[in-house]
Amino acid sequence: MAATRTRAPALETRPRVERKRDVPLAELRGVTKIYDGGAVGLDRAHIAIDRGEFVFLVGPTGCGKSTALRLLLKEIEPSEGEVLISGHDLAKIKRRKVPYLRRNMGVIFQDYKLLPNRTIYANVAYSLEVIGETRSSIRRKVPEILRLVGLSTKLHSYPDELSGGEQQRVSIARAFVNHPPLLLADEPTGNLDPDTSIGIMQLIYRINRTGTTVVVATHDREMVDKMRRRVVELESGRVVRDQRSGLYRPEDSKRDFGARLRGELDAYKTKR
Amino acid sequence: MRIGFFIKEAFRALRRSAAPSLAATLTVLLTAVVLGVFIPIVQATTGTANEVRGRVVVDAFVSAKATDADIEELRQALIATPNVEAVEFISKEEALAREKQRSPDAYDLLGGNPLPDAFRLTPTDPDGVPQLVTQLSGPEAAPDAPTERVRGGGPGAADDRVLAGPLGFIEEVRNREEETEKILSATALVKLLMAGLAALLVFASVALVANTIRLSIFARRREVEVMRLVGATNWFIRWPFVIEGVVVGFLGGALAVGLLLLAKEAFVEPLSERFALLAAPETIDFGLLVALLMLACIAVSAAGSGLTLRRFLRV
Repeated sequence: MAATRTRAPALETRPRVERKRDVPLAELRGVTKIYDGGAVGLDRAHIAIDRGEFVFLVGPTGCGKSTALRLLLKEIEPSEGEVLISGHDLAKIKRRKVPYLRRNMGVIFQDYKLLPNRTIYANVAYSLEVIGETRSSIRRKVPEILRLVGLSTKLHSYPDELSGGEQQRVSIARAFVNHPPLLLADEPTGNLDPDTSIGIMQLIYRINRTGTTVVVATHDREMVDKMRRRVVELESGRVVRDQRSGLYRPEDSKRDFGARLRGELDAYKTKR
Repeated sequence: MRIGFFIKEAFRALRRSAAPSLAATLTVLLTAVVLGVFIPIVQATTGTANEVRGRVVVDAFVSAKATDADIEELRQALIATPNVEAVEFISKEEALAREKQRSPDAYDLLGGNPLPDAFRLTPTDPDGVPQLVTQLSGPEAAPDAPTERVRGGGPGAADDRVLAGPLGFIEEVRNREEETEKILSATALVKLLMAGLAALLVFASVALVANTIRLSIFARRREVEVMRLVGATNWFIRWPFVIEGVVVGFLGGALAVGLLLLAKEAFVEPLSERFALLAAPETIDFGLLVALLMLACIAVSAAGSGLTLRRFLRV
């Protein structure tokens, strides 16, 4: 895995963020997010993620997984509580400086969010151009990362000419090309078949092995159960479970499933 | 390297979304042509209105008792009066000659010359004529402001003179009241109407161009969202769009200027040789018009792009 060797994943924010070994890389401290319409995104959530961790955020749709990721990206502001990256309160980062914060995070989405009118090469190159990399280093890094995700033959294709799995690989390449210390993935395998999902998860796992902290919001149950990493379960905005190497759902017997299917949710809840 | 990158991005975007870019260019082209035709028309109209206003004059008839020295003194005093642009002396002989020309028979019947010496005053501001008349006629005339009045006066009856000094030799002030009023109100209306139309047209043009650009950017808002997510600063995202706006504005403006030039050479020039109206002296210089139009096109479309983006750049 020589190709994945990274530079030390330092936080190279322009508003100089010094590295602190003892503080969590990303932390939500009693965060509540209520959207304008009154919908509750998060409810007094505490999550602390250490450097190098691999964390699954699980839970039903609308439980606050995406809200948590968007808060970390400073796409939205918390209604209450603090969001910290490397011990720095995001509320104190000026709007003008937000782009520099985001350069320290790679983001992967369920719908890939590639630029449709650029080639694969240009899509990945864009995130390097944004941070002002020289043309020669872009020419060196982009083919390298595309080879790493297994797309070295499709450099000059456009996103709509690729399959879903391939597009997701491009988006991973784009997220990781400047080796951010934190990788956020929102349902990275949500649109993909199981086999392709494994390939994608494998890539994300390899990225994690290089020392990058990875947060994956997912409801890909099979994946969570097989990988046995830290699982943070959310339910209507609250953290209901935080397990070191957990399952998607602790023990879910046929009886429980039957109960839930019949709408006897209370029975399911009290059991836990 | 940055500037090169932005320009490259802008042209790539233009090529890739050719249809909206073409629509924006056409919009700029059409509005620029309409403006380019309308601006000289507005100017010719207001120019004509001003010319008509220039015909407003005030006649001050001099008392028969005034000596040549008095008349000279009066001329100096009139020149010094505010709102008087030019003073023309018309002697009785001149006046008689003019009148005779107009109606020879009537004046042939007269033995002598009944006409007084007169000064014809051209006001600087036609709207100030009533005040000027009042001033020259004396304060007594002020309340009901008659524009024609006869005063018994002159150097012999010094006590009757309403105004002291040389102005006292003015026997009567006339400004052809009705005519003046008509001219003033009509030209004022024309000017107001033209100004209103011009403002409306400029507003419509800006709104139209801005809206077309808005649409073309709106189609790419997802692209902007992705750029933000990978950590592009607002200006990094904005510059290509602004450059794109400049290119669209320049293209539209240049095409419009080309059309205007063609129209000018083909239609206006041959006509203006025959009709004096078209060669109104006050219309804008073609070079200046071109410069203004180009500048406006580029500024509006660049600003339109930049400002529209603001909505999508809120973090």
